[in-house]
Amino acid sequence: MELLYAACVGLLVSCGVFLILRSRTFPVVLGLTMFSYAVNLFLFSSGRLSLNKAAVLGYSSEYADPLPQAFVLTAIVIGFAMTAFVVILAIRGRADLGNDHVDGQLPDKNKNKKVKV
Amino acid sequence: MIQHLSFLPILLPMLAGVLLLMRPFGKNKAFRRVGSVVFSTITFLVSLALLLKVQASGTQIYAIGDWSAPFGIVLVADPLSTLLVCLTTLLGLVIILYATAGDDEKGSFFHPLVHFLVLGVNGAFLTGDAFNLFVFFEVLLIASYSLLMHGGDKRNTRAALQYVIMNLVGSAIFLIALGILYGVLGTLNMADMAQQVAQLKGDDVHLAKIGGFLLLVVFALKGALLPLHLWLPNTYASAMPVVAALFAIMTKVGVYSMMRVYTLIFGDEAGELSHMAQNWLWWLALATIAMGALGILASKDLRKLTANLVIVSVGTLVALIAVQTIDASAAAIYYLVHSTLVTAALFLLADLIGRQRGEIADRITAGPPILQPRLLGICFLIAGIAVVGMPPLSGFIGKVWLLKATINVEYTFVFWPLYLLASLAILLAVAKAGSTVFWHHHESAIKDEATPDFESQRVHPAQLAALIILISAAPLMSVFAGPLSEYAIGAATQLHDFNSNINLILSGGQ
Repeated sequence: MELLYAACVGLLVSCGVFLILRSRTFPVVLGLTMFSYAVNLFLFSSGRLSLNKAAVLGYSSEYADPLPQAFVLTAIVIGFAMTAFVVILAIRGRADLGNDHVDGQLPDKNKNKKVKV
Repeated sequence: MIQHLSFLPILLPMLAGVLLLMRPFGKNKAFRRVGSVVFSTITFLVSLALLLKVQASGTQIYAIGDWSAPFGIVLVADPLSTLLVCLTTLLGLVIILYATAGDDEKGSFFHPLVHFLVLGVNGAFLTGDAFNLFVFFEVLLIASYSLLMHGGDKRNTRAALQYVIMNLVGSAIFLIALGILYGVLGTLNMADMAQQVAQLKGDDVHLAKIGGFLLLVVFALKGALLPLHLWLPNTYASAMPVVAALFAIMTKVGVYSMMRVYTLIFGDEAGELSHMAQNWLWWLALATIAMGALGILASKDLRKLTANLVIVSVGTLVALIAVQTIDASAAAIYYLVHSTLVTAALFLLADLIGRQRGEIADRITAGPPILQPRLLGICFLIAGIAVVGMPPLSGFIGKVWLLKATINVEYTFVFWPLYLLASLAILLAVAKAGSTVFWHHHESAIKDEATPDFESQRVHPAQLAALIILISAAPLMSVFAGPLSEYAIGAATQLHDFNSNINLILSGGQ
């Protein structure tokens, strides 16, 4: 289980970082979302992975650490709000600047023909 | 009521922000302005009361919901955090006052957003819990995103987009760092973390080290330390100047967090990890000073110039934090207050100068003469002297103190020349900017002066009041340098007193 979990987090982080480094806002927003998923999973695992343990005292002899679950809840709420904000901002950027490049202008094609837009 | 005093600097801006969204404040501009000024004055007075209480009876520990540390979240109002809370609320008051002259008309939510930003900054200063610090960072960031967009144009959208993306990545890294540290230490209360770090063994030490360095990345991003400073000049120069003046406190939040984390948690008592970031902080700070000085020399308008001044001040502060002695921290505290107020004043001045020069705005080239050259010129002279660090104003005291505090450090022979050269660069750039803006006029441009549009750009009384409060801080900090430096030394002593800090926080202040 640990291996699968770690691999999932790693894959999400690498995809997220790759997408964040793209030049258009849409992949960047997707990358940020993936990155925050990975972060949430990672935070959850900081309380150790375990099966069949209660999160509330008194219901079971063994119990899971409830604090990381609270962290994840907070992080999800904040991450969701921030993603909503950046989506709106990206749409406004598209409207204001006429393109969705993160620099606000497309790279000059004639200058450097290797640049893929 | 009095035992809840340490919570009020967080609660009051929140209430103010919410109330200002509702009737009658939400609908009526005049009500909103008066209400906003009144609320921010109350917040400032309450922070002053907290400061007096902390001075009279020592550090205040406030356990939220009466859940004592390390299980609940505590607010720690010690001399350092209280001083910074006072600074923040004062700056908030000044900004709101300045904006009532017309800047708040460009969008309807200016006043609530300023209060929310003050809420976030105060919370970040006061909290004693690392996860809570993250939450307050997010509160101040989302307020700053919206303020940055306030009354903006196209250039603004681009800068805001980059700023938001940078900070979202920063927040994600912050969470990863907190996850690692919680997994290793089993706590996120800063005092408890400091205790646990010393007892780590084996692989856990390396994990905690990774967590600590990831925190360094986050704070370097927020504080604009090289190489993560690139967002700052563009962001600050494209925001409305009044907003940029408020942002002067935001880089200081990153610097303050570094101060806490690397003197309390990874400080003297941290066993294998003690002073782990010291070298990194030192060399990155020196590089930041150098880059900032180059940026100052290359700046083409007053706002960019001031933004680069912010970068130099961050570099200076971080270098002092890396020294990790009581004297250096005390100098850092004094310099922090000084640099925040002076850079805020310079942003406001750049705005006023830009308004009175028409199309050419605040670019550093010859242009039409300024409408009120005496008033703005004297203000610029005072702020300039303070920021360069010439006697007799506060910058000079801060500079002498920080040079004295670094005299016995291993690499002084790098720091002194670099810092003094950077000061020379600042002197040259500010002198050139001042003489060009105030004394070089186009003959052709003078004719346009009589246009009625210009007359309306006289300095508004509210703007003047705000500017004078900020500018007068420089001579006042110099006149009252005695008590202020005593206070700074006291705050620094407490910051470095590991055992009493830990005991006080974990026992709930008894």
